[in-house]
Amino acid sequence: MSYLTLTGIQKRFGATAAVDDFNLVAERGEFISFLGPSGCGKTTTLRMIAGFEQPTAGTILVDGKDITSQSPNRRNVGMVFQSYALFPNMTVADNVGFGLRVRKRPKAEIKNKVGELLDLIHLPDKAERYPWQLSGGQQQRVALARALAIEPQLLLLDEPLSALDAKIRIILRAEIRAIQRKLGITTVYVTHDQEEALSLSDRIVVMSEGRIEQIGTPFEIYNFPSTAFVARFVGTLNVVGARVLDPVAGTLEVAGQPIRAAGAIKAGHAGATVSVALRPEIISLGSHDGMNQLNGVVDDVTFLGAVVRVRIRFTDGSGTIAFDTFNNPHLAVPDPGTAITISFPPEACLVLDQAEVAAAVVPEDSGAA
Amino acid sequence: MKPSKIASWIVFIAGFLYFFVPLIGTLVFSLSTDPVGRSYSNMFADPQFFASLAFSAVIGVMTIAFSILIIVPTAFWVRLRMPQLRPVIEFVTLMPFVIPPVILVFGLIHAYGGTTLIPLANSDFGDNILVVAAYVVLSLPYMYRSVDAGLRAIDVRTITEASQSLGAGWVRILWQIILPNLRVALLSGVFLTFAIVIGEYTIATFLVRPSFGPYLSLLGQTNVYQSSAVTIVSFALTWIAMGLINVIGRRSPNQVQVAGGR
Amino acid sequence: MTQAAPPINARDVLSARPARRKPRLAWLGVVPFFAFAAAFLALPVAFLIIGSFQDSSSHFTLQNYANLTTQDIPNAYETSIEISLVTAIGGGIFGFALAYAVILGGLPRFLRTALMTFSGVASNFAGVPLALAFVFTLGHVGLVTTLLHDFLGIDIYGAGFNLYTKIGLEIVYMYFQFPLMVLIVAPALDGLKREWREASENLGATSGQYWRHVALPILAPTLLGTVILLFGNAFGAQATAYQLTGGTINLVTLVISSEMRGDVLNDPGLGYALAMGMVVIMAIAITLYSILQRRSERWFR
Repeated sequence: MSYLTLTGIQKRFGATAAVDDFNLVAERGEFISFLGPSGCGKTTTLRMIAGFEQPTAGTILVDGKDITSQSPNRRNVGMVFQSYALFPNMTVADNVGFGLRVRKRPKAEIKNKVGELLDLIHLPDKAERYPWQLSGGQQQRVALARALAIEPQLLLLDEPLSALDAKIRIILRAEIRAIQRKLGITTVYVTHDQEEALSLSDRIVVMSEGRIEQIGTPFEIYNFPSTAFVARFVGTLNVVGARVLDPVAGTLEVAGQPIRAAGAIKAGHAGATVSVALRPEIISLGSHDGMNQLNGVVDDVTFLGAVVRVRIRFTDGSGTIAFDTFNNPHLAVPDPGTAITISFPPEACLVLDQAEVAAAVVPEDSGAA
Repeated sequence: MKPSKIASWIVFIAGFLYFFVPLIGTLVFSLSTDPVGRSYSNMFADPQFFASLAFSAVIGVMTIAFSILIIVPTAFWVRLRMPQLRPVIEFVTLMPFVIPPVILVFGLIHAYGGTTLIPLANSDFGDNILVVAAYVVLSLPYMYRSVDAGLRAIDVRTITEASQSLGAGWVRILWQIILPNLRVALLSGVFLTFAIVIGEYTIATFLVRPSFGPYLSLLGQTNVYQSSAVTIVSFALTWIAMGLINVIGRRSPNQVQVAGGR
Repeated sequence: MTQAAPPINARDVLSARPARRKPRLAWLGVVPFFAFAAAFLALPVAFLIIGSFQDSSSHFTLQNYANLTTQDIPNAYETSIEISLVTAIGGGIFGFALAYAVILGGLPRFLRTALMTFSGVASNFAGVPLALAFVFTLGHVGLVTTLLHDFLGIDIYGAGFNLYTKIGLEIVYMYFQFPLMVLIVAPALDGLKREWREASENLGATSGQYWRHVALPILAPTLLGTVILLFGNAFGAQATAYQLTGGTINLVTLVISSEMRGDVLNDPGLGYALAMGMVVIMAIAITLYSILQRRSERWFR
């Protein structure tokens, strides 16, 4: 049963559309992330759900009710801001209880609820402290408690962890997910950090330039990206030049060697130059039946600890490809200069046209370990 | 949830009127002579006008010079070597607010006049020293704050160490490196000080100095129309000075706004 | 000053040689400043303090302070305090309203810049020119007086208004009071983060509740502190009052300046005591202002 429905949401500022054709159906209790680079429209969409921006077109339904034109203070959605936005003139307890005070709840009820929430975020002894006496991570937890106190229909988080340092981020991330699961609140989480999105979400909405690129589970997004943007944005990719042989049969030529993609190729006609993108972890060493094989020469080997990354150079000069293999102290790692064969399944081939690859912000195959 | 715009407009227009009507009144007054403009021609024909303005300008320049001479090295030194003194210095620069001009001049006259150790107040030259000193005191808060803001913007410590490693002595560092980099920050303090000095009345009167403030005051009591013309000029000068501060000083954060000699 | 310090060589700078040489050298750098402050700030004030405790034959006495309760002096304090209070609160309210109007009140952006520039000029346009400008506007033959009379038939002087009274002085003082309020309050209003308002809306509060529970409490130290500053500002004003009233209104600053002219019965000790009284009041005002400013800074970190 759908709980949060966004249909045809659009937001224009003048002539430009910050968000366009945004459609999403979320179930009750789902944890959805909006993932994308800065300026992709994820925060704008979140703010439209919260009511701080009015969509130029489209509707927002929560639990069957149309809230599109409702003012923000009537929506009963809890929002956690990137900068915490705790009221500096109030103690932690007063901050958390603010929403209840506004709803004119009796004092005893407020006190109980605040106590409950402070326990939930593991800060029971900080009730009388002021925000400026707390660390960033603590402030963020208080902000979360404050949003949860009003028992909202939805929980919205706008890059809540981006101002904190890495270690705290990982701890808080897990806490947020645990609390969300425990309370079963439908949650929308905005982030530009793919690791966060992948580790927290039930489903991810990948956005770029105001549009949805793909909606799917973390597994789907990572392993079966439906557009070049998603493939580039999530995870690391090897990109190597190729020539299309037969678009219908899906055959290409990489470094003068034939390989097969799974299904027809749309990125170019026969004879066109395209790129094939592969994730490092699906490449295996040696020949395997039924898989594509490529022969080359080991270019260099980078020891990353648990993973060893091997870079292969193709003898016809068409480029290099890197793949990861798990570190095994008893197994010899190929020396630079030795011949080597790698295999990968046809399903893992992502065929992209040159323009899409050229538009990549970070060159995936730059040799960065 | 937008607050009523009408109320905002009413408040703004009220403020606008309150601000401009006295200025318009002065302007109208200055133009209501027969023939029109006589008050201005009288003003320009009055040797006292130029004399007092010139005197104030000179005093202003000297005030600014001494102020910079005292404050820049001190602020620089404190920031570099003795940061623990900062609160003390800031306290001292607050003093001019605690000791209004009338009291300051009162104290100066009694400390340096008549039968005291350094009878500065008994001579013209001495009185000029006193008046410059008093104005430097008045300018302390603004000059110090602009210099401090300017120093904060340039990384004083690193620049000094770089200069020292290249062999520069203190004087060279201050004169050729620190001061030029403070030019923009200083400007706001400088214009503010200049505006204060030009219009100042209390200290100048009691030290019997022939400066612009006492001149305008006397004129206001003797020749109404001419004084209205001079008032317009005085206002225009203040406006220009503040306008320049706003334009040039827009880069420096922490701008202290002033209360002039009242 | 700076020539007295021996030339710095790289060894000193780079080596950890603090202890004996550094402290002595370092103090040299601040000598000019403190010497100046001592000569032209501390010394005069010391004279005032000492003189206020001395009688005409330089013996210690408290009589000067006792005399503060005689003649017109209590009345002078009353009047000064009253005018300062009225213009501080009035200027505070009006200044706040203006700052609010241009920053949060939905007015076009350029009006804010305009207001800040005007305020910068107006807060400095005090003293003689200001008094004269008001004479030209609201004096017996001032522009507004004549306009009201000729076009609306209203004779304000006939109705009892007089620029050269307490009320007139208050009107004039407001001219530099409310701009100062605007200049100090505007950054504070800016400091009200948008997210606080959004967070409070998100939690269900109305605009009024937001102001009552969040915005005004946050602004309170700044507002209060500035009003206190305005009080001190008006209390210490002399030039404006003298030019406008010729000394006919009984203000503390005017009594002090009369003493300097030799008008009052030649009692320097009383003058000193008066001055000290003023200094104490101003010191309290500035201290309270500083404390409140520091308080509010903490919240905007």
